[in-house]
Parts: sequence; C-alpha cells; structure tokens
Amino acid sequence: MSVIYILLTISIIVAIGFFIAFILAVKSGQFDDSYTPSVRMLFEDELVKEKPKSTNKTTKTN
Amino acid sequence: MENKTCFHCGDDCGHHPITFQDKSFCCQGCKTVFEIFNENDLTCYYDLQKSPGAVPKEIEGKYDFLTQENIIDKLTEFRDDNLEITTLYIPHIHCSSCIWILENLNKLDPNITGSQVNFGKKTVRVTYKNTTNLKSVVLLLSAIGYEPYISLDDFSAGKKEINRSLIYKLGVAGFGFGNIMFLSFPEYFEVNEFWLEQYKPLFRWLMFALSLPIVFYSAQDYFISAYKGLKAKILNIDIPIVLGITVLFVRSTIEITWDLGSGFFDSLAGLIFFLLTGKFFQQKTYDFLSFERDYKSYFPIAITKINHEGYEETIQVYDIKKGDRILIRNEELIPVDGILINGNAKIDYSFVTGESQTLRKHSGDKLFAGGKQTQGVIEMEALKSVEQSYLTQLWSNDVFNKDKEEGFTNITNKISKHFTLAILTISLIATSYWLFRDPSKAMNVFTAVLIIACPCAIALSAPFTFGNLLRLFGKHKFYVKNASVIEKLAHINTIIFDKTGTITSNRKSHAKYAGTELSEEEHQVLKSSLRGSNHPLSRTLYSILKANNIETLDTFEEHIGKGIVVQHKTLNMKIGSASFVGSPEERSVLNTTVHVSSNNVYKGKFTFYNSYRKGVSKLFNTLKKHYDLVILSGDNEGERENLKKLLPAKTKLIFNQKPEDKLEFIKYHQTEGAKIIMIGDGLNDAGALAQSDVGIALSEDVNVFSPACDAILDATKFNTLYQFIKASKSAIKIIQWSFVLSFIYNVVGLYFAVTGQLEPVVAAILMPLSSISIVIFTTITTNFLGKKLK
Repeated sequence: MSVIYILLTISIIVAIGFFIAFILAVKSGQFDDSYTPSVRMLFEDELVKEKPKSTNKTTKTN
Repeated sequence: MENKTCFHCGDDCGHHPITFQDKSFCCQGCKTVFEIFNENDLTCYYDLQKSPGAVPKEIEGKYDFLTQENIIDKLTEFRDDNLEITTLYIPHIHCSSCIWILENLNKLDPNITGSQVNFGKKTVRVTYKNTTNLKSVVLLLSAIGYEPYISLDDFSAGKKEINRSLIYKLGVAGFGFGNIMFLSFPEYFEVNEFWLEQYKPLFRWLMFALSLPIVFYSAQDYFISAYKGLKAKILNIDIPIVLGITVLFVRSTIEITWDLGSGFFDSLAGLIFFLLTGKFFQQKTYDFLSFERDYKSYFPIAITKINHEGYEETIQVYDIKKGDRILIRNEELIPVDGILINGNAKIDYSFVTGESQTLRKHSGDKLFAGGKQTQGVIEMEALKSVEQSYLTQLWSNDVFNKDKEEGFTNITNKISKHFTLAILTISLIATSYWLFRDPSKAMNVFTAVLIIACPCAIALSAPFTFGNLLRLFGKHKFYVKNASVIEKLAHINTIIFDKTGTITSNRKSHAKYAGTELSEEEHQVLKSSLRGSNHPLSRTLYSILKANNIETLDTFEEHIGKGIVVQHKTLNMKIGSASFVGSPEERSVLNTTVHVSSNNVYKGKFTFYNSYRKGVSKLFNTLKKHYDLVILSGDNEGERENLKKLLPAKTKLIFNQKPEDKLEFIKYHQTEGAKIIMIGDGLNDAGALAQSDVGIALSEDVNVFSPACDAILDATKFNTLYQFIKASKSAIKIIQWSFVLSFIYNVVGLYFAVTGQLEPVVAAILMPLSSISIVIFTTITTNFLGKKLK
C-alpha cells in the first residue's frame, strides 16, 4: 500500500476538519455581528480600577 | 461666563448647571445616571467616550404591560423556571461606551447574569435570573438612559430566522473548489508519468466525490431559478448556467468512467464558486436600517384602558374595541382614532406627516392614530379598532402585499434571452457540421460549446457592479435596499416629492418678528434670557438672533410650558406663549409663535416658519431637464405661491392629498407609462412609496424610523439626489461594456470548442480569467464613479 493513500486521507481529513469548524462558526452566529467583538476585546484592561474585577462573562473567546 | 456642557449627555447646561463631584450636569436625570454609575464603579463609561449618555425619560407606568404573561412570552426568546433571555432594541447605542456599560449590566443588578450587545443591529441580549423580571430589566435600562424600543412589531413578528444558507453554500463550494484544484493539478502537465498513471482513477473519483455537494447543494438555487424561468416561459440567465453546469458534470462523469479524459471538475467547481461569490457580494445589508417597516414598528404593544369601575388595566392594542376609554401618557403614541375626553393634548404627528409641529387639541376634538402625546396625561375614547383607523387602513391596500420584483426584467435577463438562443444555434450548427465530417467528435463539440459558453462572466457583471455601487452609495449616506433598485433608478422619468419634511426641513430655522421695534437693551436681555432656557424654541430663537453682549440677569424664572420672566435692572420682560405674555390677539393655531412683552407692555411676536432645504431650487432646476417633477402634498394650498417662486415653472403642484390619493395618483401615472421615484418621509407616504417604482424615504436621522421603502436617503444629502441617479445610469453602461468584454472571451472559447480541441486545461484557464477580469473591470470603473459622487 502506497504512502499516497495515507497522505491523501490525512489531507482530506484535515480539510474536512476545517470545513466543519467553519460550518460550526457560522452556525453559532460568529459572522452575524462583525463589529462589536472588535470593540469588546479592548475593554478588559479598563475594568480594573480599584479592585480587580471578574472578567466579562459575555466576552467571546473565539 | 461660558456655559458648561453636561458631563453625561454633552448638552448645554444652561445657566444653572447641577454640580456634583466637580462635574456639571444639565438636569437631575443625567446626574442620577452618573450617581448610579459612580456607586457601582462604572465611571469608566465616561473615559471611553466623552459625554456618551442620554437623558433618561419619564417612564412612569409606561412599561406596566411587561408584567403580562403573554407579552413576556412573545418578547423573550428563552424562558424556564430560573432563567429568561430577551433581546431588546435600543436606539441610543452609538459608541464603545454604550457597548461597555450594557455588557456590564450585571454590576448594576446581580440578577442579570449576562448581556451581549450587537452594535450593528443596536440590540442587547440580556440573560437574567427569575429573581428579577423583564419589567425591572427594562426599567433599569431606562434609568441609565438606554430606554429600549418595544413596539407592536416585536409582538406580532415571532422569531426571525437568520438565513445563512448562502454562506453555507459558498463555504461548501469554496471547500470543494480548493480541493479539486489541488487534485486536478497533476494532470494539467500530463507527461505519461508512471506514478500519475497509477493513481489517476483515485484522483479523478475523489474529484467526482467533492463535486457532488457542489452541484447538488451549492448550485441548487440556479436549478430552481432556471426551472421557474422555463415554467414562466422566460429565458433567464440561469438557464444557460444550468445547461453549462449539467453538461460539465455529466460529461466529466462519463469521461472518468470510461477513462476518456480527466473531466472538467475544476472548471465546474470554480464556476459555481465564482457565481456564489457574486451573489454574496451583491447581498449588502444594513443591519441598522429596516426597509420593511409598517405602522407596527411605531405602535406600542399595550395601552392602559380605564374599565367601567374606573380602574386602570393594561390591554393589548389589538384588543381595543370601539367605545373603550384609554389613557395616553406623556410620550405615548395614540394607537386608534378617537375623541379626546379630558386632559391637555399636545399631539406630535411627525410620524404620520413629517411635520414636527405639535398640535393642541381640546376635549371633544378628534384624535388620529399615529400621533404622539407630548405633554401630560390624556383620556380618550376609541372610535375604531387599530386596524380600521384612518392611518392603519392604508396597509390593507393590495400594494403592500405585492412583490415589486415581479414583472421587472433586469438587464442580465434581457440579454440572456438572445444569448441562450445564440448559444443553442451555434452548438447545433457546429454539431451538424461535425456529424458529417467526423461523427465521433460531434458529441464532444456539442458539449464543449455549452461548457465554454456558460455565461459566468455575464452573470457576474451585474452583481459586482451593483454590489460595489451599493456600498459606495452607503458611504454617501444613500442606503439602497438591493441591486435591482439601482437598476430601476436608471430608468426613471418622473420624480414626485412630498412637501412637509421632504423639501422642507423639520428644523424651524426661520423666524419673523412682528410688532413694536425692540430697543437695544430689550434685545440684549431677550437674547440673554433665551440663553438660559432649555426649551427647543428658545434654543432656536437664540441661534437666530444676532449675537450681542450677554448681560447677567438679576432674576430668571422659567415657567415650564409657558415661558420665561426675567428682570434686568429696571427692565422686566416676559417671553413665551400668547396667554402667558398677555397677547391682545387670539391664539393662532396655524403657526408657532413666541411672544414678548416688556414692563407689562406687549411688544410683539416671533413667528417660526418651516424653511425649505438648502439647494431645493437648484436641484429642481437640474432635474427639470430630464424628468417630470411633481409636488404631492397632504397640506393645504397655503404654500403654493412660495413654491411657485422657488421651483421651475413646469413643476406640478398638487395639494390636499390623502395617503390613498397619493397612492392612486402614482398608480394612474404608472398605467400611462411613467417610471416614478417617490420621495417622502412620513407614514402617510407609505402607500405612495410602496406603489412607486423606487420609493425613497428621506430621513433626518437614519437611526430613527422611516416607513417601508426601497432606499433611505440622509436628509443632508438631499441636494445630491441627481448624482445618485446619474451614477446608476453609468452603472448600466458599465454592465453593458462588461457584457462586450465577456463576449470576446466567449468568442475565443467558442473557437476552441467548435474546432473540437477544448482541453480541460483551456477551460480551467479561460473561465476564471474571464470572471476575474470582469470583477476587476467593474470594480475599477464603479470606484471611479464613486469618486465623482460628492
């Protein structure tokens, strides 16, 4: 059995993996709002004023 | 002394700012919001953006309906015993501070477990425990100046599913395209190499497998559209596309089955991927705008009814029956036609007519649905139900159920009829020729013609041109619903304008003084006292009067809703409404006036006028060369003479038009062949906007509501209207040129096809090349068009 079968299998599995990741990302609504996350990610630092605060729960970690 | 601006909302604080912690506030409301944030360590709200807030409004009793079970059910997207999730629309969301404070709601109320803002849509999705309720959440938001907008639309519409199928299809096509390219690459340089020969079948069948989802899932819309076209006996552009796709797929499958060649799976996948990209590009949406609004977006969900025993109860507006007594609070909208029973009504009909002038009504007067009470509480008796009211009746007209796209043949489909016929003729001629010369090649040539002539480039021209123009228009504050609107814009021959709010500006910027001349000193005191007042009319008048030295007044007393009394040295002045100042004349209902008296002697009055927008006259003079112009106004003829002076002579002026009349007027002219743009702004234009070929809503502030339409134009860009129409016309030219360009590619391709020498590699090069050069051509030319827009 040639190594090419293994290589092809791997390459297609990797490709399908990314494809599934894409579908899941679309499904979870990641592409619905393309502006707010870009602002949200800048907030964490400003929260710390007097006492350390818990991190923002709503912040997406994607 | 310089007036300070409010730390919270940025408004002018006037003469007597409220000071708290060395910060000035314009009113108690703003100060309260600051206190709330201050107590909860949330003051960095003010660090992110300067003065980001809004003044919290009077809301007492307004949200009592939110305790009703069926209403909560409709407004929440998830509800169980300990958790509720709701999405609220908040018009005030406008900056990063807004996002920050709204996503930290849990610091203000521990019962709220999370909140997430969608900035584009101006919504916040709040998750809260059952220890609190929807009403408290809404009240909390209102208390910090972020009052949600809850309308009848939220109640009747159910959950809107977001349609993401195009992204999925594009994803599938892109995935397949990439992998097929990678698998087909070795065979492009076929040199009878040993290993390549060995694995050829494997590579080919993998490509076949990858193309299956592309053909049967991604391309499915084209099959459906082609089928619909055939059924309606229209040769639309999707027919040659589907022919091409089918032939590509079938021929490739046959070729690999009998080992005749490597097939055209690469071209097939590329073709569908490019076509879908074009579709995606054309689909520009403005999240923060809605083009589909009807009266439901303006109307409240519930209203307070006074039942027979005199108790107040909250009922849904659909349940209002004839004869019900209902209570309208300050800032609430009147949902039905009725008669005023008691209270001081001051109604703002700006939603309906575009006229911002409030009207005073007395008990016994008729009130129409759509007006907004702006002062105190009134009681009224309903004369009709919601659907039968004067305004809402308009929506029972058929025009609102009609699809505007129907019956409109777009530029691509116009050409596709000839194109399809030409392709079929060429393929038949070429096939018959080869049948005589070399029958073994005949089938090959027949399919090759259909493959190479597949009008990918033609199908891409319009989406990319219009899609790009849509974006460019958006940058210039002209928000167009979809691409076909731009195309219709190019074929217009008549333009109809509404008057109030459309060619006139809502802001009163014109005031005339009538009465005894004011002395220098009186003038100065007048100006100084106006400066201290927060009333909108005082503000306007202040900005109109010429600047003089500002005097410090000895006393200053403002009587809310009546006027101002000031004392400066020996001069005592009263400024305000006629009855307050003691005007000798009857109160005029037609005009807005501010009266002035000094030392108890009546001096005179300032009368405010609607002013016409800047550049109206110039715009009309440019437009008159190319279009028929009409003014269609719901008002009386009072302004006829003024308009005659202002506008070119051949402009038709038609007054006293009811909403239905406007609609009928447009319908009548359309039957005579007119292609009409209607430009309006109020709900009373809604019928006309829907009936016209292109309905443009003019909006002072695109974030607030405008009626259903095809495009929304920012009022400041009103005088550039002609440029947009001109650009649309040029866009049609661009598309025609790109058709020419793609024909050239087709001729080259057909040469290969007809002579029977189409290799997969030629197809794989020619197809993307033509598509990409069309995309580049249209993008560059439309950007050039965009540069010309001001």
